[in-house]
Amino acid sequence: MSLRIVHYINQFFAQIGGEEKADIPAELREGIVGPGSAFQAAFKGEAEIVATIICGDSYFGENESKAKAEIIEMVKGQKPDLFIAGPAFNAGRYGYACGTIAKAVKEELGIPVLTGMYIENPGVDQAKNDVLIVSTKNSAAGMRDAVSKMAPLALKLAKGEPIGASIEEGYIPNGVRVNFFEKERGSQRAVNMLLKKLAGKPFTTEYPMPNFDRVEPNPAVKDLAHATIALVTSGGIVPKGNPDHIESSSASHYGKYDIEGVTDLTEATYETAHGGYDPVYANQDADRVLPVDVLRDMEKEGKIGKLHRYFYTTVGNGTAVASSAGFAAEYAQELLKDNVQAVILTST
Amino acid sequence: MVKEIERAGIPVVHICTVTPISMTVGANRIVPAIAIPHPLGNPALTPEEEKVLRRKIVEKALTALTTEVDKQTIFE
Repeated sequence: MSLRIVHYINQFFAQIGGEEKADIPAELREGIVGPGSAFQAAFKGEAEIVATIICGDSYFGENESKAKAEIIEMVKGQKPDLFIAGPAFNAGRYGYACGTIAKAVKEELGIPVLTGMYIENPGVDQAKNDVLIVSTKNSAAGMRDAVSKMAPLALKLAKGEPIGASIEEGYIPNGVRVNFFEKERGSQRAVNMLLKKLAGKPFTTEYPMPNFDRVEPNPAVKDLAHATIALVTSGGIVPKGNPDHIESSSASHYGKYDIEGVTDLTEATYETAHGGYDPVYANQDADRVLPVDVLRDMEKEGKIGKLHRYFYTTVGNGTAVASSAGFAAEYAQELLKDNVQAVILTST
Repeated sequence: MVKEIERAGIPVVHICTVTPISMTVGANRIVPAIAIPHPLGNPALTPEEEKVLRRKIVEKALTALTTEVDKQTIFE
């Protein structure tokens, strides 16, 4: 009898719709939907996707505990040997959902699980120590590559076979170390590595330094009534027409816009450039993402000193971490020069 | 972006819906929002009610900015 697999995908990969359908609740369908067919082919009869669970990314993100409970029940009913989520590539909410639900299935049902994501997906840090995440390319164009790595690992997990090191199996390092004997002794390996380094050749460290990039919180604002507060968003709010052509995904730049005298963002004057969420609500009233109207009221009432004259905006949708960090490092210096005392940053 | 603003020395509050992502990214002051496509609004309400709701979230954000924190904190 072949192994039973349940597959989790989002509304997009189920071809139900894009962002306008991201709020659909979880549903169970028998058999294969969407990318499951590529997995099924790669299993070569050893395993079968018996059911596919489809859930909207926003539904999962906004109703996490409810969605988790519903999906766990669906998985349980199928009695699978393995649960696969995704792959989610660089889709942030999808990655978060895949990591979270895979972890829950593993912990609550004791079933082996596997997912796949691009290394910069925010779902990776969330789940990498708890579930195996195969490292994929950053878009669905990498589906074939992802399936070629995920399918063999899936079969091993479902059969309960031992799993090799991350570098051999293609998953993102999960912090688990296993003792083994190297062919060469440490001194030889170290000298070889040093020679490569001196020659400018690529080499692989045996002990990557952990990356604890945490920033200490700054002291609180003392005197709000005299403070200048700036608004920043990754939700892509721009003047109507998107004058600087900020990309709807993988943004290459940010915008800085003057809001002097603007007391309300209206449908006629502002919109969102973001391609990663349903834009209807933000286009109707961009204050729903960038609360200019409320801060103007509070400025008038003397609750805050001043709303900063400019807001900064970009599209946080598949945008590289290095790019976003670079944008913010740059405009933060401008904010300092302009004597801004605090920032409200909104994300969608 | 939150982290780079903080690194530059400016206190910053992150208003977002999926707060665990904000925790993972490393924001220090976090305020939960309503929903992904309308973090500071709710199209099911009247515009007046919606503005009251938005004001509450912004007030919470300002409370976060005026509160000393020594670790990542979600202001529920």
